[in-house]
Amino acid sequence: MSTIAFPLRHEPDPVLNLEGLSVAYRMPDGWRRVVHDVSFTVRSGEVVTLVGESGSGKTTTAQAVIGLLPSNGRVDAGSIRLNGTDITGWAGRRLDAIRGKVMSLVPQDPGSSLNPVRTIGAQVGEILELHGLRDRRERQARVIDLLTRVGLSEPAMRANQYPHELSGGMKQRVLIAIAVALRPKLIIADEPTSALDVTVQRRILDLLDELRAETGTAVLLVTHDLGVAADRADRILVLKDGRVQEQGPTRVLLERQESAYARRLLADAPSLLPPKQRSVLPTAEVLVRVEGLHKSFRVAGRPSVAVEDMSFSITAGTTHALVGESGSGKTTTARCLAGFEYGESGRITVDGVRVFGLRGEALRLFRRNVQLVYQNPFTSLDPLQSIGHIVGEPLLNFERIGKVERLERVHAMLERVGLPADSIARTARSLSGGQRQRVAIARALILKPRVLVLDEAVSALDVTVQAQILRLLDELQQQLGLTYLFVTHDLSVVRQIAHTVTVMQAGRAIESGPVAEVFTHPQADYTRDLIAAIPGRGLVPRTHPSPTYARAAE
Amino acid sequence: MTTFDLFNARDTTPRLRLVQLQPTLILAWAIMALAIAWAIAPSLFTPHSGTVGIAGNQLKAPDALHWLGTDEIGRDVLARIIYGSINSLSGALVAVSVGLAGGTALGLIAGSLGGRVDAFVMRMVDVLLSVPGLLLQLSIIIILGFGTVNVAAAVGATTIAGFARLMRAEVVRVRRTDYVEAAFGSGGRFWAVLGRHILPNALGTVIAYAALQFGSAILAISTLGFLGYGTPPPTPEWGLLISEGRKYLTTAWWLTTFPGLAVILVVLAANRISQSLQRTP
Repeated sequence: MSTIAFPLRHEPDPVLNLEGLSVAYRMPDGWRRVVHDVSFTVRSGEVVTLVGESGSGKTTTAQAVIGLLPSNGRVDAGSIRLNGTDITGWAGRRLDAIRGKVMSLVPQDPGSSLNPVRTIGAQVGEILELHGLRDRRERQARVIDLLTRVGLSEPAMRANQYPHELSGGMKQRVLIAIAVALRPKLIIADEPTSALDVTVQRRILDLLDELRAETGTAVLLVTHDLGVAADRADRILVLKDGRVQEQGPTRVLLERQESAYARRLLADAPSLLPPKQRSVLPTAEVLVRVEGLHKSFRVAGRPSVAVEDMSFSITAGTTHALVGESGSGKTTTARCLAGFEYGESGRITVDGVRVFGLRGEALRLFRRNVQLVYQNPFTSLDPLQSIGHIVGEPLLNFERIGKVERLERVHAMLERVGLPADSIARTARSLSGGQRQRVAIARALILKPRVLVLDEAVSALDVTVQAQILRLLDELQQQLGLTYLFVTHDLSVVRQIAHTVTVMQAGRAIESGPVAEVFTHPQADYTRDLIAAIPGRGLVPRTHPSPTYARAAE
Repeated sequence: MTTFDLFNARDTTPRLRLVQLQPTLILAWAIMALAIAWAIAPSLFTPHSGTVGIAGNQLKAPDALHWLGTDEIGRDVLARIIYGSINSLSGALVAVSVGLAGGTALGLIAGSLGGRVDAFVMRMVDVLLSVPGLLLQLSIIIILGFGTVNVAAAVGATTIAGFARLMRAEVVRVRRTDYVEAAFGSGGRFWAVLGRHILPNALGTVIAYAALQFGSAILAISTLGFLGYGTPPPTPEWGLLISEGRKYLTTAWWLTTFPGLAVILVVLAANRISQSLQRTP
C-alpha cells in the first residue's frame, strides 16, 4: 500500500478540523437535523474518507465544509476550521477567496459538472483568471500544463474541445485539473468515481493519489464504496443517519470494528468478501444457448457494432454473469435474450425455442418464461400504480383468475421477496430503492418464469441493500430452480452470485468459463485488468493487527 | 446520493401543508368556485334581473343599490355579469372538452402507433396550427352559424392542435420509459398497456394544459362575443357585455371595466390552478 503515509514521528498541523458539526435542512414542518455532532481532522497529505449509505449525511458534511449547502440548509452547531481559521458561517463572497485556492471540490457527476457550451480550456482557465492570472498567453500555457498533468492525451487539442467530445473519465480528469489548478491545501472529492467504470475509476483514484503525494494536498474523499476507502484512505469515518459510527486508521478499522454498523457495512461489501464457491452440476441440461449473436445500431446515420459473434450457454438452475464496461454490449445481449432487441445474425434459444423468430402472440407467450429486471428501480415501476397492481399485472395478462385469487398470489409473492404486507396498497413513490427492486423482482417472478435476466439489477443500490437483494436472488434460485443471466460491471458482485461468467469488451466475448477459474487464472489481459481494478483487493481482514497500526490506533 | 435524499424528504411532506402555504392558489380556487356558483344559481347572488331593465334607471354609476352601476337600458351590471357567467363558463367548458377529447385522441393515436399514421396526423395538426386561431374560429362559425354552442365548438376546434401536439409528446416520452417496456415484457397486449400505463401517465400534463386552456377559451369566447358572433343579445355574456359597453366608454366606464375584470380574474385563476396541477401530477 503506497498510499498509506501515517504520521508517526511528527504531527503536522491539521488542514481541516471539524468540531461537533451539525447541519439542518428546512423542511415544511421545521428544521430537521441531518448531520449530528461530527468531529474529525484532516492533516496535510492525508486521505480521509467518509463512508456511508445514501442518506448518511456524508455529502452534506462535505458540502458544509466547502460552503455549498443547498439554500435550505444551514450549519446548526459546531465549527469548521481550515488551516486554523474558523470559516463556519462565512458568506459566499468571503468563501470565494479561498474556494479553489485553499480548498477545492471534485464533483460527483462529471457528465453534468462541465458547461456544455464552453471549451475545456476556457473552463480550466476560468479558475486561474478568477484568482488573478490576467495574462491570456500565460494562462493558456498553464491550462495545457494542467491538462498534461492530469494525463489527458494531446492536451493542446483537448483544450479546444467541448465537454461532449470527451468520455466520462476524461471529463473527470478535467474537473480534477480545475480542482488542483491552484495547488489547494484540501481537495474535497465527492464520489468522484461513482459514475465511472472500474478500470477508469482506478486510474482516476491513482491520479488523485499521485497529485496528493506530489504536493502534499490533503484529500477528503466521500464514497459509498468501502473497497475504495480501504484502498485509498489513511483514515475512515463511518457515517450513518448523520452520526459518526466509528472512525480510525484504515487498517485498524478493517481489522476490528467497534460499532455494529461498521461490521455490517464491512460484511456487505462484495469487494471485501471471500468468493463463494459454486459448482455447476454437469448433468443438468443447458437451458439458454446464445450462438454467434451479432447486433449493430445506427448511430448518427452510421452503423455501429454493439455485439459481435457472441456465444455462451447457461445450464438450468445456474447463474451466468456478463461482465464488461459501459458500451461493451452486455446490456444489448441481455435485451436480445429477453426478446426486446433482434440480432441481425446468430441465434438464441431458450428451452429449445428460438427467440428471434417470435412475433405477436408467440412472443407474448415466450415472455412468460423469460423475465427482465431493470437497472433503475426508480424508472421501471409505473409511478401512478399501487404495488398490488404492478405485481398483479402479469397475472392479468396471462391467467384467467378472479380478483381474490390474484390478490392472494400477489400477497404471497410480496412475502416471498420480503416486502411488508401493507405495501400492496402503496405506490412505488413511498418505497426505498431496495424495496422497489424487490417489487420489480416480485413482478418478474409472479408468473413463475424459468429464466430471469437481471440487467445491472443491484448496481444502483447501497452495499447493504445490494447484499440483501443478492441473498434474496440466491434463495429464490435454490427454491424455484431459476436460471439467471446477470449483467453487471462489478466483478466483485460476480464472485458472490455467479457460477459461470463471460467477460465482454467492445461487443466481443473475451473470456468465458466458471467464475473460480476465470478469477484465479485469467487468460486475457483485459480480464486481468478488470480483476486488478476491483477496489479493496488483498484487504481481506487479518486476524492479528500489525504492530505498527496497532500503535497508530492508540 | 443527495438527490435521493431530497426525493424522500419531499415525499413525506403532507399534501395539505403544501396547499396551506399557497394563498394565491386558495384565492384562485375561491374565484373559480364563485364563478361556478354564479353559473349554477345566479338568483342567490343578486335580487336584480339579468335581462329586464328598469325605466329611468339608465347609466347609473355604482352605488349602494347597484354595486356596479346600470347600463343604457337600466339593467344592473352585477346581475348581468352573474347571469352571464353560465354562458361564458359553459362555453369554455364545451370548448375545452372538444379540444381535450379531439386532441388527446389524435395525439394518442399518433404517438402510440407511430410511423406513417404519426406522420399523417401530425402534418394535419401542423396545417391546423398554421392558420391563425381567430380566422379559423370565424370560418367555423360562418359554416355552423352563430350561437353560444357553435362559438364554443369553434374555439374548441382550434385548440385541438395544441392538445394533440402535447399529448403526442407525452405519449412518446412515456412509451420510452422502462415501466412501459416492463409492461410489454410481462405479457401485456398493446391496448392493455396503452390503457393501463401510457394514457394515465401522459394525461397528467395534458390535464394541466386543459386548465390553462379553460382560461384562454373564456378569453376567446369573449372575443367572439365582442365581435358579435356569439350569444345574441339580450342574453348576457361577458364578451358581449364589454362590446355593448364600448359605446359608452367615455361616459360610463363601469360598463366595460367590471365585465373585463371578471374575465381577467377567472382567466388568471384558471392559469394558477393549471400551474398547481402541473406541479403535483
